[in-house]
Amino acid sequence: MRKKLNNLIVPYVFILPFLIFFLVFMAYPIIFSFIMCFSRYANASFVFKGLDNFKFVLNDPLFWKAMKNTFIMLIIQVPVQTFLAVVLAVFLNGKKLKGRGLMRMIIFMPILLDSVSYSIIFSIFFNYENGVVNNFLRIFLPDGPQWMNVGWLAKAVLMIAITWRWTGYNTVIMLSGLQSISDDLYEAASIDGAGRVKQFFYVTLPGLKQVLIFAVILSVTGMLQLFTEPYLLTKGGPVNETLTIVQYLYEKGFESFDFGVASAGSYILVLIIAVLTWLQLKATKED
Amino acid sequence: MKNKGISNIVIYFFLIFACVIALFPFIWSAFAATHTNTQIYSIDYAFRLGSSLAENFEKLSTAFPIWKNMMNSIFIAAVYTIGILVIDSMAGYAFAKYEFKGKSLFFGLFMMSMFIPTQVTLIPLFIEMNSFQMIDTNWSIILPGFASVFGVFLMRQNFMSFPNELIESARIDGAGHFFIFIRIVLPTMRPALTSLGILSFVNQWGNFMWPLITLHSQDKYTMPLVLSLMVQPGYVTDYGAVMVGALLALAPVLIFFLIFQKNFINGMLSGALKG
Repeated sequence: MRKKLNNLIVPYVFILPFLIFFLVFMAYPIIFSFIMCFSRYANASFVFKGLDNFKFVLNDPLFWKAMKNTFIMLIIQVPVQTFLAVVLAVFLNGKKLKGRGLMRMIIFMPILLDSVSYSIIFSIFFNYENGVVNNFLRIFLPDGPQWMNVGWLAKAVLMIAITWRWTGYNTVIMLSGLQSISDDLYEAASIDGAGRVKQFFYVTLPGLKQVLIFAVILSVTGMLQLFTEPYLLTKGGPVNETLTIVQYLYEKGFESFDFGVASAGSYILVLIIAVLTWLQLKATKED
Repeated sequence: MKNKGISNIVIYFFLIFACVIALFPFIWSAFAATHTNTQIYSIDYAFRLGSSLAENFEKLSTAFPIWKNMMNSIFIAAVYTIGILVIDSMAGYAFAKYEFKGKSLFFGLFMMSMFIPTQVTLIPLFIEMNSFQMIDTNWSIILPGFASVFGVFLMRQNFMSFPNELIESARIDGAGHFFIFIRIVLPTMRPALTSLGILSFVNQWGNFMWPLITLHSQDKYTMPLVLSLMVQPGYVTDYGAVMVGALLALAPVLIFFLIFQKNFINGMLSGALKG
């Protein structure tokens, strides 16, 4: 009898510590902020406001500016980074390549630098007057561009920095995908007379599809939540040209303490992420 | 045949170029840490060792209680990592090896929370931390992180492959549930625990947005926070000192990476390849 009771209780004992943290620091905050979407929170109490917060966010030109900035950067950066990662991975996967392990390790290294440090280092690189990049460009050109004062250039700087940090990580993900493609397939293809390029399109890409889509989902979600880089590197400027969605939410929540508006905005972000993830997962299933 | 030789050269050129780009900021900042603020911006000094390392460190440590900040970062990342390993392996074990009422309900709830970006919970967490009077403490950073379900799934996945027969025969021999878990199952989970540990440590080490919200006093700051405050508008930024700080912040992660290279890469990837 006692043993049976024990068997009933034991699994709950195992999950209890996690469950407590989950309820207190995840479930409760998720519900709390959902209620906050529809209310005004002041002096520890809610005043029901209907859809006012959503109306405010959706009518705020700054929110749309942040959306536009985030999506422009996402649409350019993710494909470029994914392309580079696939190319690097295919090259690194060469069986006879010398120094393969070492190169893989070096290409992975940028992810070791924390997001704050690398943002600062890149802000020094792209300093107009005497940053490394402009000093280099002045060897060939009369002058380098004012990176931080032109909207699209500031966006470019952010994208370059992010690509620097994340390409290697994605390369190693792709590499793990490549290694699961059987050598027999390549052999069969080459017997059929397919060259390197043909092999890439008919063997490598289809074999990589799952991993590829997964890496893209990861990058898209990461770009949608971009914060540290614009916060430190471009400071959202010039004139909000690099302000991102999460920066907008941060400013609403923790600078103007408009909790209702920030919560409504964060649930709009949830919706965007959910829809984009669903679309990308759907793309994997269609063949 | 000739064709192949040329394409090999292209491949090597491309890969070596990528390696140079990847390493450049590391090498540049290591040199920059030894330069004065004006030398940093000069091409002539970019790859020459300067003599201002001690002076830069001096500036850094007078501006911030930097060893205290370093200890905060280490304490937070270490306690968080240990906590995650204990809590998540327990929960993951229950989900992998026990049947109980509400199992699929809990599992579904945990699964759903994976799709909620952290931004959603920030404000309620801030209000909660305020009422727990934990704002501006190490614990305000450590505790909320334990609610992440990722590690539970990772551990569950690994426990599933542990043979049930071994657990059953141990039980017939009279071993208790916790004895089996700690003495028989857990020791075989070393690779998974290492992966999860490294991932948790690195993520917490670089954590920026949440500490920015909850930590307010200098001797509570973590390393990323110190660095970010040194470049805020209004400060006269000394980049030599910033670079010394950046290297200090990099050191533990780099050391882990060099020691556990293979485990390290697998650990960082386990975050991506959870499927």
